[in-house]
Amino acid sequence: MTLAAALALAALAAPAVKVGSKAFTESDVLGEIVARVAASSGTAAVHRRALGGTRVVWEALTQGEIDVYPEYTGTLVREILAGERIDDDAALRRALAARGVGVAAVLGFENTYALGMRRAAAERLGIRAISDLLRHPGLRFGFTNEFVDRADGWPALRSRYALSASAVRGLDHDLAYRALAEGALDVVDLYSTDAQIAQLDLVVLDDDRRAFPRYDAVILQRLDLDARAPAAVAAIRRLAGAITAGEMTAMNARVQLEHADPGEVAAAFVARGLGLAQAPAARDGLARRVADRTLEHLVLVAVALTGAILVAVPLGILAARRPRLGRLVLALVGVVQTVPSLALLVFMIPLLGIGARPAIAALFLYGLLPIVRNTHAGLTGLAPELRESAEALGLPPLARLRLVELPLATPAILAGVKTSAVITVGTATLGALVGAGGYGQPILTGIRLLSVPLILEGAVPAALLALGVQGLFDLAEQLLVPPGLRAERG
Amino acid sequence: MAQPVLELHQVTKRFRGPAAIGPVSLTVSRGEAVALLGPSGAGKSTLLRMALGLLRPDDGEVRFLGAPIGPADHAARRGIGYVVQGGGLFPHLTAAANTALVARHLGWPAERVRARLAELAALARLPADALERHPGALSSGQAQRVSLIRALMLDPELLVLDEPLGALDPITRAGLQEDLRTAFRAVSKTVVLVTHDLAEAAFLADRLVLLRDGQVVQAGTLEDLARNPTDPFVARFVGAHRTLVLPEAR
Repeated sequence: MTLAAALALAALAAPAVKVGSKAFTESDVLGEIVARVAASSGTAAVHRRALGGTRVVWEALTQGEIDVYPEYTGTLVREILAGERIDDDAALRRALAARGVGVAAVLGFENTYALGMRRAAAERLGIRAISDLLRHPGLRFGFTNEFVDRADGWPALRSRYALSASAVRGLDHDLAYRALAEGALDVVDLYSTDAQIAQLDLVVLDDDRRAFPRYDAVILQRLDLDARAPAAVAAIRRLAGAITAGEMTAMNARVQLEHADPGEVAAAFVARGLGLAQAPAARDGLARRVADRTLEHLVLVAVALTGAILVAVPLGILAARRPRLGRLVLALVGVVQTVPSLALLVFMIPLLGIGARPAIAALFLYGLLPIVRNTHAGLTGLAPELRESAEALGLPPLARLRLVELPLATPAILAGVKTSAVITVGTATLGALVGAGGYGQPILTGIRLLSVPLILEGAVPAALLALGVQGLFDLAEQLLVPPGLRAERG
Repeated sequence: MAQPVLELHQVTKRFRGPAAIGPVSLTVSRGEAVALLGPSGAGKSTLLRMALGLLRPDDGEVRFLGAPIGPADHAARRGIGYVVQGGGLFPHLTAAANTALVARHLGWPAERVRARLAELAALARLPADALERHPGALSSGQAQRVSLIRALMLDPELLVLDEPLGALDPITRAGLQEDLRTAFRAVSKTVVLVTHDLAEAAFLADRLVLLRDGQVVQAGTLEDLARNPTDPFVARFVGAHRTLVLPEAR
């Protein structure tokens, strides 16, 4: 009896397996496959899709925000564990184990970095290998942002081949293909399983000096998952050797070229390749999707903005009261504003994990500046005779602030809050990069798939929300700004 | 001798550069009306701000009712009613709310505020409907009257006015000047006012203190200044105001 109750409780408390993936098609599809395989074991599984770049997802894994995600051995050796000498598989597994991470499955295909050109251009210039590029210094290079910065990417390539650094542009991977097709770029980095290689008839240049390591696709897991969800781990292990490069390329093509839903592609593979039949997941209708995204987005904006108002108005008052401290406060919130939003989001992950929390924290920090600055300006810009008037009446400082200075500064403070709100609505779309959902989710996916309808599915509601917020604050101005000040503005 | 209301002992204030005010000593007795007079830049307003305790002098001391007064003495300052140059009314509040601001802050019951406001509005000859308007919708004369009511609200010991008629047109000015004198007499307050206009000073004050370059040049009645100028500047200052006197009819 007691045992049954305990079992029932354990079943209820059984934690879902949290699968993560990076923000590109193959990772997304693999994440969907892993989530479905894990779910087939009877364990609840959630997929936090397209979380961002390598660092974001790796941090999420080591912090326990996710349990499993697809990675590539070359990325592990050259980027994540760069600085450690890792000569073979055993060394890699030891280095991972030291971080509480294990390899659940080696999938059976390699997706290496490579450089590619349009066939016509390559043949015209006689370029077959990367070293041939040295003879044509005028070529325009367009690389994925991550590739430009990664130790195993452009830096490794440049030093191995002594390529010149001029005319390298960093851009989104899928956009790079488009630019290449349109002749705006000559050379791009490729993933060797990309569907576009065949579609655009590209030549994959031979890595004749071996700049790139092997990029075997693997599923990484937290080692503590073995104890928490043994059935799910056992199911995921069945993926070992289950996917060939041809199959992966075909699945990428289904998503990238035919705009199929990654979830459906994954479900089809799981049913066909592993014999795990599943009821096809019902896809939510457009209205439902937009409603869900709207709710996520509104929560991000509302929580971040409320926090920013509660902190920034007192900071602005403090800055106005103590000019020296004020300069420091204004400089600090200004510096926060200069941190690129993606970087700020990534900084937040070790502190707050992934999901809504890091996004809210980053939005909160971005929201501070306009409010602090306008509160400060509103208070210091008051007519001196009014301030003197309040002082001469014998009102103590706090009463002056409450009865005279803050009411007079209301229009400026509200304008700051309005600016902050509109910025927050826009910036919150980046929250999707760290798994916070919101309108950024369809926008990011749409950019990846070059799907205009998907981009609009996020961008149109986001623009409408920004307009709505603006209207709301115009209304708030009507209610909050003292009538005497409104009349004066005429 | 009764205790003076306001005492300035050797008060000085230095500014960047050669300009400085003082040392100035001045004692204002209970019930007296004193005008600080002088051309622009003579230091009248700075002296006034030190007298209110808003500005701390570099040297010397200011005492209000025998106690030193400085920027932190908010409660003491409620014993001084101040009519700021240009009125200094808060644009976000109605005229009535402007005048009642401090009384409300001190927790006066609404009935007491209303009664006091009605009494002072009658004294300052302010139409009742003007009280409900915001400062932006008041004429400059009305704004000045509201400012006077606000200064008198707490029944202060001392009333201080900075150029109370400064920005007004001549007709408004004449009317308000008359009403100010009536009001001063009715409340029998000690009054310090700042002006650059000799006629206005003589009309409203018993004693004139003429300032130049931060120093007291001469103090006394208009008659003293006109008949026994101690300095050519005094004669020039008094003489400059004679030009508007019409020639006598023959």
